[in-house]
Amino acid sequence: MPKSIVIRGGQVIDSTGEKTADVLIESGQVVEVGTKLKGDRELDASGCVVAPGLVDMHVHLREPGMEEAETIETGSRAAALGGFTAVIAMPNTEPAQDDPVIIRSVLARAADALCSVHPAGAITKGRAGLELAPMGELYSLGVRVFTDDGACVASAGVMRSALQYAQSLPGAVLAQHAEDETLATGHMHEGEWSSRLGIPGRPAEAEEIIVARDCILAAQSGTPVHFLHLSTAGSVAIVRAAKARGIPVTAEAAPHHFTLTDASCASFDPLFKVNPPLRTADDIVAVKAGLADGTIDVIASDHAPHPTETKERTFEEAPPGMLGLETALALGITELVDTGVMTLAQLLAVMAWSPANLARIPDQGVVIEKGAPANLCVIDPNLSWVLDLTKLASRSRNTPLGGRALKGKNRHTIFRGEAVVIDGQAVR
Amino acid sequence: MMKNLLSIDDLDRSGIIEICDLAESFLTVTHRDIPKVPALRGKTVASVFYEESTRTRLSFETAAKRLSADVMTMNMSSSSVKKGESLRDTVQTIEAMGVDAMVIRHSGAGAPNRVATWVDLSIVNAGDGRHEHPTQALLDVYTARRHLGADLSGARIAIVGDIRRSRVARSTTKAFAQLGAKITLVAPPTMLPDSLVGWPVIASSDFDSVLPEVDLVYLLRIQHEREDSLAFPSLREYTERYGLTRERADRLRPEVLIMHPGPMNRGVEIAPEVAESDASVITEQVENGVAVRMAVLYHLLGSGAAVA
Repeated sequence: MPKSIVIRGGQVIDSTGEKTADVLIESGQVVEVGTKLKGDRELDASGCVVAPGLVDMHVHLREPGMEEAETIETGSRAAALGGFTAVIAMPNTEPAQDDPVIIRSVLARAADALCSVHPAGAITKGRAGLELAPMGELYSLGVRVFTDDGACVASAGVMRSALQYAQSLPGAVLAQHAEDETLATGHMHEGEWSSRLGIPGRPAEAEEIIVARDCILAAQSGTPVHFLHLSTAGSVAIVRAAKARGIPVTAEAAPHHFTLTDASCASFDPLFKVNPPLRTADDIVAVKAGLADGTIDVIASDHAPHPTETKERTFEEAPPGMLGLETALALGITELVDTGVMTLAQLLAVMAWSPANLARIPDQGVVIEKGAPANLCVIDPNLSWVLDLTKLASRSRNTPLGGRALKGKNRHTIFRGEAVVIDGQAVR
Repeated sequence: MMKNLLSIDDLDRSGIIEICDLAESFLTVTHRDIPKVPALRGKTVASVFYEESTRTRLSFETAAKRLSADVMTMNMSSSSVKKGESLRDTVQTIEAMGVDAMVIRHSGAGAPNRVATWVDLSIVNAGDGRHEHPTQALLDVYTARRHLGADLSGARIAIVGDIRRSRVARSTTKAFAQLGAKITLVAPPTMLPDSLVGWPVIASSDFDSVLPEVDLVYLLRIQHEREDSLAFPSLREYTERYGLTRERADRLRPEVLIMHPGPMNRGVEIAPEVAESDASVITEQVENGVAVRMAVLYHLLGSGAAVA
């Protein structure tokens, strides 16, 4: 006997606008949006926003192969706590998600996860950048986002071929980790701080050259290209110009790229090491402007768990990446909404319905109305809190934001009609 | 009291001068029949070198022994590091053995900074990646002051070579600048820092125009064994444009000082005759290195009792 849930008294925001209403959920669907609704169970949403569940286009769940860092179970719990009801799992697993067997295995393991897990397929076999992965076979299993993330598809010839091949896969999007590996040989942004610290650099032009190249290839093929974690002012300008010419490109920004600068690396703490690297204050201004004017379509966390001991090395030896699922929303509110870069509704657009559309996930990010699939989050945009690393649901702890004061937090998450997070606690 | 020497930034101008003055008194010790003082008796200094080194390691160990400290040498090429132990575990193990100071060299920039967050003992940076080599800078300043006078303000210094990849350049530049010297970095553009923001220097790629103006030429070792072959086309071309050849040495001011942190590539960045000339104080730098490292260890670990 399915029980109904009523979300009481929140401000409902979706792509059509906002209104104060109760939301009644039953059998995995929204059955009514209105006032004084009654259900078997009540979730208080006073002072909160009820929105389509957030969608993170860029997470590393590390399963299979690196389960000491994260698993689909722990990663999806972190996602649900962060307000996400769907994630795209990057293919740099061991083995890589470049084969139908691996995709099926990830889908099977994700069957009882706390959010919807969509494995991205690799563009090339083993993400080695040489031969095309069986994109059509992966497409048949529902894969729509293809990427070699963690690695750039370095060869223009391979990228052009992949884009042409994908013309036969309607709705497929190729996502590029844009860093020219012959330039991005170091470990932090190349500039004032890398020169002072003696840490070999990854220059801005390493990213911008690939972004420019792939805009040209996207125009030529007509296949959409999505740029992962755009981080430089130059990249934002290139994407803006390409969009103005009607080239089918989209872009994302990671919260750390609009929050932290390369000056943080002066601590030599590898918690600040990410690829692409933390950039300058000017780049942060440009990324924020790109988010505000729609040049950058989505915010994605690039949640990249690593075991503690791998970060207890020197900056140069430690692997790149930081956690993001449990802090992305708060950084969006703290750094973008509170600073006037965008409204909360605009933030929800780039964190919920835009990524759902971009990643072609039809039952996510939809308008909250009768008959809609019940994938929702209830967030308290005004809650001030401090990140306690010991409370993270992720199996890893590699974020430099421990102890940082943040504003805005997810309170309840409804996934396929089930309340999987209630008052900031995961139910399983 | 200062606990660590991770960067030359840990010392201000007066701190640098204090180390130099201390080194002066230790230099007299090293000239005695029994070149040893009991200043650090009962203290243990661990020498932890993750990267090959002959002179720096010997210099530190000699300095510690002349202060009567016990020296514990970790051979990292045959230790548990090879078995995959993390840097943190290794240094905490060494700390647990009751060590008072750790002299650490590592191929990664900031390794000593990281170690200092994990252990309570004193850390001395003996060279970390391309970041810093503060005791080299101190011995350079000490040596320069002995010849150019205690006050280096206005002294014109050219530092020549692969600045971008040099930890020596990062430390020595700042140390000389603290004492008021005017520094010109000389290198092909591919060997200059990517950014000079915050560097108290000017930069030039024209050695010949800088040459006649300077009081001190500081040559860096050209690391031709490095894989980065894109920095310059050939050793021959480097020598032609940036080597301190005999012809270039003839155009230097007569009272000029020539320094090099070693080991030298004779015939590449410096002509053999120039290295042996009266202007060269390269061997003296090595000798002074022991006294300066005694001063650093004493500064960090000493009780403050009279030295002599």
